[in-house]
Amino acid sequence: MTTQAQVHSAEHVHRDDLGARLGMWLFLFTELILFGGMFLVYSVYRFSHPQEFHIAAKELNTIVGTFNTMILLTSSLTMVLSIAAIQRDNKKLSIFFQFLTILLAVFFMVNKFFEWSVKFHHGIYPGSETLLNEKSGDILFFGLYYVMTGLHGLHVLVGIVIIAVMMRFTSKGIVTHDNYIKLENTGLYWHLVDIIWIFLFPLFYLIT
Amino acid sequence: MASDTVALGTNGHEPSYLEYQGKHKGILGWILSTDHKRIGILYLCSVLSFFFMGVVFGFLMRLELISPGETIVTAQTYNKFFTLHGVIMIFLFIIPAIPAIFGNFFLPILIGAKDVAFPRLNLLSWYLYITGGLLALMSIVMPGGPADTGWTFYIPYSVRTDTNVIYALMAAFILGFSSILTGLNFVTTVHRLRTPSMSWFKMPLSVWSFYATAWVQVLATPIIGITLLLVVIERVLHVGIFDPALGGDPVLYQHLFWIYSHPAVYIMILPGMGIVSEIIPVFAHRTIFGYKFIAFSSIAIALFGSLVWAHHMFTVGMSNAGEFIFSLLTMVVAIPSAIKVFNWTATLYKGSIELAPPMLYILAFIFLFSIGGLTGVMQGVIAIDIQVHDTSFIVGHFHYVMFGGTGFAFFAALHYWLPKMFGRMYNIKRAKVAFWIIFFGFNVLYFPMLIMGWLGMPRRYYDYLPQFHPYHFISTVGSWILILGLIIMFTNFVISLRKGEKVTKKNLWGGETLEWQIDTPPTHENFDEIPVVEDYPYVYKDNEIAVEEEKV
Repeated sequence: MTTQAQVHSAEHVHRDDLGARLGMWLFLFTELILFGGMFLVYSVYRFSHPQEFHIAAKELNTIVGTFNTMILLTSSLTMVLSIAAIQRDNKKLSIFFQFLTILLAVFFMVNKFFEWSVKFHHGIYPGSETLLNEKSGDILFFGLYYVMTGLHGLHVLVGIVIIAVMMRFTSKGIVTHDNYIKLENTGLYWHLVDIIWIFLFPLFYLIT
Repeated sequence: MASDTVALGTNGHEPSYLEYQGKHKGILGWILSTDHKRIGILYLCSVLSFFFMGVVFGFLMRLELISPGETIVTAQTYNKFFTLHGVIMIFLFIIPAIPAIFGNFFLPILIGAKDVAFPRLNLLSWYLYITGGLLALMSIVMPGGPADTGWTFYIPYSVRTDTNVIYALMAAFILGFSSILTGLNFVTTVHRLRTPSMSWFKMPLSVWSFYATAWVQVLATPIIGITLLLVVIERVLHVGIFDPALGGDPVLYQHLFWIYSHPAVYIMILPGMGIVSEIIPVFAHRTIFGYKFIAFSSIAIALFGSLVWAHHMFTVGMSNAGEFIFSLLTMVVAIPSAIKVFNWTATLYKGSIELAPPMLYILAFIFLFSIGGLTGVMQGVIAIDIQVHDTSFIVGHFHYVMFGGTGFAFFAALHYWLPKMFGRMYNIKRAKVAFWIIFFGFNVLYFPMLIMGWLGMPRRYYDYLPQFHPYHFISTVGSWILILGLIIMFTNFVISLRKGEKVTKKNLWGGETLEWQIDTPPTHENFDEIPVVEDYPYVYKDNEIAVEEEKV
């Protein structure tokens, strides 16, 4: 609506980078609490079914998980580099790094897809016959695994879309070296997605 | 709206926000507008529509209960009625009522801003609200019928029932998202957009309570979001997180549900308290008593209110230590609430009290909220709570707090601010008549619930023993009186919008806050120049003038 605002009066075009950042941090708070609810559920059930969680966690492929962690951490780096590039007024480099971030995110999702397919192939998915015959601790572990990594994956997909929009904004000159708050906020969101994964990874893959 | 009836602004110079011609014309000028005032009006229309729907379901429930056994509907339909009544009244009316309507319209004006921090996000949250509302309505018409779980969606029944629970859950999820965005917007607005001369302790008290509410919205709503989403996933995918048949824990669901839903009670009541603090000094023509205490008690309520959720679950099973702590904290919340009540009554002391319609509703608020609050403290005592848990005593209690509190504050705000919003005055005499009918009907409707609940009448029951018949009968008659009053009140408003006396005076009631220093109705930009605030807004230096100014 900037164009609409510009029509009536110049002073109406209100730009407040600090406000935008504050709003973004508040939103990240809500995201943390959203996932916090699930981490809470996880810890309650881990506490009540320690043995079964221990055994079920061995089913997960640590190598794929580690690989995905590296991919996501690297994508956070490329995200930061794209912001650093736009700050130095290097539009092309910034777009390149944003593209790289998307590429890494896609890699992450592809890995996730294969990881899930293998599990599905073994008959381990919510509501499957194999799983329903297991003990309740196993059902809970894999239930949480699918829901939490699924919701995280959804956030990765949303991130891909937003970064793609940012690429367009950068090339069209909406995101520039002196007005890059949109890209910066996208970066904040992307780091949140990264941080949540950093907690998911040890909880599901490493603690066995 | 009245946009096409007047060509020029009511003051002859700048057009008001109602007449302002933006990029879009007609209805699009409303549903695509990012002006906080127009979005406030959008909320006003949609929230009131849902309110009327909620009233209808409440009316039908009461009608069914007028005599024992089947009266007008089957037990199954009755369950759907109370679920719809609860879901609509809580998620679609009382949570958004004051913040989304009056917060949107007046928060920026009260702090001397031209708009909220994120106008487009503001419009988005209205669309989310509408989407959530439509989903709730779809659950009624889709095969399977509306949910019959009660608004709490307790597991395991909400996983087993064949009704459209998913629609209701998704509706609540999306409405929660809308509520989060409004809260996020308001927190940022209060931090960033106050007029430079307005320091924190020069803010009007309603801004303080909108601010506290916004924080609760931001911090508590995501929990209910994820919890309801997990129930949806449970129903669709059978992941077992809550379903006891698969190893899940239904009590965990209750904890997660109330971690949000108790703070949500304060999302509902805090804005109402803000309205009271705003209106009382104006009609007592006197400085508010204990400004800082009222301001900080809002924050204290928001803080302590987030730590008491398990008092909804004393009968579910908890450790003794847990019960003790939650019982204690529940009583602690009464302190900041009482601080407010005492400050309000102290403000009235030696004031020059003018019983205009908004003030009548506010005085009723203090009375009804005190009954609701005290019955609430009673339930904080575990021994009593176990006695009255899930009885109509609870129903009476929370209607006294929510309807007698927030509902009456909402009506007060309507009478206080609608003339400012539309530039048309309602009929004062009719408003007062409506008030007395509503006040009388309200007590006839809800007081018997307290008595029969105490005697053991369970809530949500379709049938009852003959000894409860007189109470149910009186209560149902009360609902008719209340609805009659509501009809008179709202027809009064509708008539006033069409034929009401035009008002152009800036200060309608003699208030000292910023909205009374701008045009009636406000112009698109609210302020011609950035307002300067010298003192906190309740200094009645020109008290005499305010009193003598001709009454509207």
